[in-house]
Amino acid sequence: MDNKIKMQAKNVDFFYGKNQALKNVNLNVYANKVTAMIGPSGCGKSTFIRLFNRMNELVAHTTLKGKILLDDLDINSPLVDAVDIRKRVGMVFQKPNPFPKTIFENISYGLKVNGIKDKAFIEQKVEDSLKKAVIWAEVKDRLNDSALKLSGGQQQRLCIARCLAVETEVILFDEPCASLDPISTAKIEELILELKKDYSIVIVTHNMQQAARVSDYTGFFLLGELIEFGKTQDIFTAPKDKKTEAYITGRFG
Amino acid sequence: MKILRFKERLYKWIFTILAFASLFFLMGIVLVLVKESLPIFQKVNFFKFIFGRSWYPTYNPAEFGILPLILASIWVTLGAVVVCVPLGVGSALYLNELAGRRQKAVLKPIVELLASIPSVVFGFFGVVILTPLLQKVFHLPTGLTALNASIILGVMATPTVCSIAEDALNYVPNAFREASFAVGATRWQTLTQVIIPAAGSGIATAIILGMSRAIGETMTVLMVAGGSAVIPHTFLEPVRPMTAAIAAEMGEAPMGGSHYHALFAIALILFVITFIFNVIAEIISRSFRVKLGLSG
Amino acid sequence: MKKEFSQNLGFFGLFLCMLTTILALGSIIYFIAARGFSVLSWSFLTQVPYSAMTKGGIAPVIVGTFYITLGAIMFALPLGIACAVYLCEYSPKSIVVNIIRISINNLAGVPSVVFGLFGLAVFVKFFGFGVSILSGSLTLGILALPMIISSAQEALLAVPQSIREASLSLGATKWGTIKNIVLPTALPGILTGVILSIGRVAGETAPILFTAAAFYTRGYPKSVFSEVMALPYHIYALMTEGAHPDKQRAIAYGCSLVLLFLVLFISGFAIFLRQRQRSLYG
Repeated sequence: MDNKIKMQAKNVDFFYGKNQALKNVNLNVYANKVTAMIGPSGCGKSTFIRLFNRMNELVAHTTLKGKILLDDLDINSPLVDAVDIRKRVGMVFQKPNPFPKTIFENISYGLKVNGIKDKAFIEQKVEDSLKKAVIWAEVKDRLNDSALKLSGGQQQRLCIARCLAVETEVILFDEPCASLDPISTAKIEELILELKKDYSIVIVTHNMQQAARVSDYTGFFLLGELIEFGKTQDIFTAPKDKKTEAYITGRFG
Repeated sequence: MKILRFKERLYKWIFTILAFASLFFLMGIVLVLVKESLPIFQKVNFFKFIFGRSWYPTYNPAEFGILPLILASIWVTLGAVVVCVPLGVGSALYLNELAGRRQKAVLKPIVELLASIPSVVFGFFGVVILTPLLQKVFHLPTGLTALNASIILGVMATPTVCSIAEDALNYVPNAFREASFAVGATRWQTLTQVIIPAAGSGIATAIILGMSRAIGETMTVLMVAGGSAVIPHTFLEPVRPMTAAIAAEMGEAPMGGSHYHALFAIALILFVITFIFNVIAEIISRSFRVKLGLSG
Repeated sequence: MKKEFSQNLGFFGLFLCMLTTILALGSIIYFIAARGFSVLSWSFLTQVPYSAMTKGGIAPVIVGTFYITLGAIMFALPLGIACAVYLCEYSPKSIVVNIIRISINNLAGVPSVVFGLFGLAVFVKFFGFGVSILSGSLTLGILALPMIISSAQEALLAVPQSIREASLSLGATKWGTIKNIVLPTALPGILTGVILSIGRVAGETAPILFTAAAFYTRGYPKSVFSEVMALPYHIYALMTEGAHPDKQRAIAYGCSLVLLFLVLFISGFAIFLRQRQRSLYG
């Protein structure tokens, strides 16, 4: 594989209390590619993606063994602050979760918390981000409206724009289309393909077609184990593992 | 990196310290009550204090027996329970089972609003309206009696009991109701044999908290109970509950004297009683939540 | 049908309970409103009392209540919010948190007259604030603390976890998230709780009995160390002290009506706000 590795999971075990949620997972996220994680619900894929920006720290009584690297930096090293990691690794959540603020404030929030005060710069950045997330045309005349007034699909694109405004390098999508209609889903997928030019992308989905449509690499999770990982094409046409084959041909899930 | 987040840790520490305010004040209250009441127990034996039958704090020699005050508190509280339990629980059942959505949307806020009427207003009402009424009906020398206090306290605690009991009834899963209807029970049978037992300990919590409120209530009993510190024999006599004694006499008790310390001792006993009530209520309501599978 | 008969009888009983409750409490409001209304006038609300409390108005009494209540809330609000923030945002689930929870619950159950004694021993005597607005406000503030904590907690818990995560995922710090996202979102709910506790505090009598209240003061309070007249205490004092019970009784009706109106208005406003918030978010 000739691509540059952006993030890397090495021998990752993860526990909720005493329950082991992930077992010895090794996986690479390549720069400017889309990496998809598929598997039945409860297989650990969402838990796994949340390790990449240390989101699981918010859950009490969890233990992580193994390493997560971002450009060779161990993100869980005691010298590294989670806040700095989250600036570089953004996240889009399962349900659209805009802040109960205006559309403009939603986008500018990430800039402000990172200490940027230059008004003109912020305005420019908000516009750029909204354009990149292909929602500018729909909201440009009502930037001061509450973000909660937008439709679900628009809210999700707003959340993507919010993530883009921060100078992020990796974007994690945790089932971003789970609560959206097919048309909004198609828009988000298009957007993901567009974004991979500039970002490394990880997406969790339980929709296999979605993984096949948008991703370059796919990992198949089952009961906390990474059963198979490889180029999406290979996984979907010639899976090496019987369980993967059973899953993608729809025999369980 | 860590030093950069100094502010973060500072804030966490500030919040942690401030969070202890409630504990701090509670301990402070205990400490003050104990410290200020200890001197009286050096003069009067603890058991004589509690079981003594005469309360003449200003006589010479003074007598500090608070049994009449304790009994008065118990009498008016029990009297209040007789009023507020049927009214409060009955209203809660009505709200939960019979009132339609719209009726409930109006009645529930009203009940809550009534809970906010200040106790001194209840006391005032008791003095000016209920007292002459009771005096006439029962041909009494004074209408300021344990009965008067019981009625006013009971009415006063009703909204509290009603609100908490209604919450408890709300927690009963609808599936219980449907299961009962499915085997052909009427609504009344379902209510008495399924819903009330299921919400039982929640209702018990409501009653205990109502009692706790009644026994600790000051202004109403101060104004309507009549204030006579003798052991009551009937509900138609004036009585002086513990709270009323504290409120009425603290103003005249010389600072640092035996009377002053005795009043703090009464407050300490009162505190212990309500503390026990609250702990019991807490334990019952916790087991109630566990029973219905709600998180503790 | 025997079944149906007992059902109807039972339901009628419940209906009677509800009716009695509403009627009993309604009659209190009715009597006080009906008799107090004739006392009310513009001058009653704006003048100072004179002729040994038998004439004039109750303006300083209203002002006194306002000061004490304001002071209590100013003391309890920051403390209460900080405590709720700790419990909802920072605390790991631990013994410490349980201890704090239990002490909040028990503090809420302490009889109001006990708060009064605590205030007397600590603020009036130990700190030497005397019988004053300051002592009364601090005492009432402690009484209001559990109310404010629990309503702030409720408001904070209603803030969806997902927007906390969104903020953190953008590189905001914990405190930044609390300050910029969580608190502003919870603010309406917190305010509702505060308004409710204002209603409660304004009507409390026993805690200010020995810490702040006076039957009569000349004119308006001058500093936080002044004794004050306050509405709830004034009602009690008019009924039990002074030399002209009959004339004082009329004024007591007026005071009761004013206090009742104030408290019901404030609480009603808070309940209305909460109802609206619930229908907005729930």
